[in-house]
Amino acid sequence: MIIAEQKPFEEIKNLIEPAQRVLVVGCGTCVTVCFAGGAREAAILAASLRMASKLNGDPKEVTDVTVQRQCEWEYLDTIAEQINEADIVLSIGCGIGVQAIAERYPKTWVVPGLNTAFLGLPAEQGVWVERCAACGDCILGLTAGICPIARCSKSLLNGPCGGSQDGHCEVNEEIPCAWQLIYDRLQSLGKLEMLYEIRPPKNWRTSRDGGPRKIVRPDLRLSEEE
Amino acid sequence: MADPMAPNGYVSGSNLERVLKSGNFAVTAELGPPQSADAEVIRKKAALLRGFCDAVNITDNQTAIVRMSSIGAGALLVREGLEPVIQMTCRDRNRLAIQSDLLGAYALGMRNVLCLTGDHQTFGNHPQAKNVFDIDSIQLVQIVKNLRDQHIFQCGDPLKGLEPRFFIGAAESPFAHPIEFRPYRLGKKIKAGANFIQTQLVFDIPAFEAFMEKVRALGLHQQAYLLAGVGPLKSPAMAKYMKENVPGILIPQELIDRLEEAGRPWAGKSRDELTKEEKKARSEAWKQTGIEICIELIQKILKIEGVAGVHIMAIEWEEAVEPIVKGAGLYPRPVIEPLPV
Repeated sequence: MIIAEQKPFEEIKNLIEPAQRVLVVGCGTCVTVCFAGGAREAAILAASLRMASKLNGDPKEVTDVTVQRQCEWEYLDTIAEQINEADIVLSIGCGIGVQAIAERYPKTWVVPGLNTAFLGLPAEQGVWVERCAACGDCILGLTAGICPIARCSKSLLNGPCGGSQDGHCEVNEEIPCAWQLIYDRLQSLGKLEMLYEIRPPKNWRTSRDGGPRKIVRPDLRLSEEE
Repeated sequence: MADPMAPNGYVSGSNLERVLKSGNFAVTAELGPPQSADAEVIRKKAALLRGFCDAVNITDNQTAIVRMSSIGAGALLVREGLEPVIQMTCRDRNRLAIQSDLLGAYALGMRNVLCLTGDHQTFGNHPQAKNVFDIDSIQLVQIVKNLRDQHIFQCGDPLKGLEPRFFIGAAESPFAHPIEFRPYRLGKKIKAGANFIQTQLVFDIPAFEAFMEKVRALGLHQQAYLLAGVGPLKSPAMAKYMKENVPGILIPQELIDRLEEAGRPWAGKSRDELTKEEKKARSEAWKQTGIEICIELIQKILKIEGVAGVHIMAIEWEEAVEPIVKGAGLYPRPVIEPLPV
């Protein structure tokens, strides 16, 4: 899922500074699960902003609403009235949610309340880690199900580099060396010989390097749109 | 199309290649370019190294700190009559920039290239930078080999004219982890096309002997020239720092004790109590011991089967190369005339 975290409160206050009526919009999917931008966080943030603006001698009208998914038009359409009444929309969805609101409501000023961080999972309670770089050409079948693009600091295809020590990356001791993990897993699965092959340079066209990406599925398109 | 050897039997004909192919024990040294545009720094350092090594490695923004470019400094070195080994990392350039820079380096007279992945930029003075890592060091070796032997760019397009004929180097860190995989990764670099290998600093001879035993068992010493990395320790503090903080560097306690012992006459006083002269004398005593240790390490390395030379990394201490090379009995350096083309 998409992992995000709330921006510093001061930054959020500055972003909404010019507005009187603020609508905080939460999202019920990824950012709810990572406790960054769900209904609960939207309510808390709205209350905090009301209180802060009051203390500042400029009380703002801050309300909140949460939709199931900010990244789909049909859910955004259900809150059209609230959005149109607001001077500013503070989205606490991921970056996709912020842009979806901006695209659906061309006359509305939208600002982000979160920093969208990465694609990952909760490794344990309160800890999220990156797992996928969305490179568009999955190589997990070659690397024992551990992604070196996302998890090796240098995205090496023929790792590990000389900076691997005691299982961690040279960048810092908090980062497990992805290639040590790959090595260990291949070894335990009896497939170490896979590491003897030289992997050629990656085709990054499927990644962001090929420009913004798009997938079209003709089989799913409605006939009148064809 | 493929012609790994030029008609004269050399892949590049560089001095380093000629010395190694002649069976002489090779010596390379390292030159760190300045954090400035001052050509005089390169000339001064070149003067310290002239005659004491067969080729000079020029680092490429080492530890991710911006310095004069390896190729720029290399061009100055060529003018000074020394032979550079251009270090090329994958951190700052994509495959376009790397290939283009290598064409330029060859045109400027450079003949050796050391292919590296590069230290991560978070170590350096621009930790906010975006890194590249379009390719890795092994893929870089392949690219340089294909430019030379297949006359093709990475994309498969043919070169239009003269190909760069580099003597291709790669690095190996024998004691980085997972340690049992290191000889095999070295094998991958050689399979990719590395002609010579320079290792991370070696201080632990038994550990290095064990590594070389595996290298020989795989026959790798017969497929590429392996130069063991050595370097003089400047102080006990430097030794301890490297031992604890640099991945893949093993320093036996005995060597640290020897450095401590060299500083014994000044051990009774704290750093603040020492006069400037005393600090200088202590530093000289440490450095002298560091050079002695380095010479002893080279003498032990000379006896290890399969080692073709040493790569001396005297970081910001190029003056140390002369006494080390002389002390190890590796002076004068051989002069191998190039064969006619």
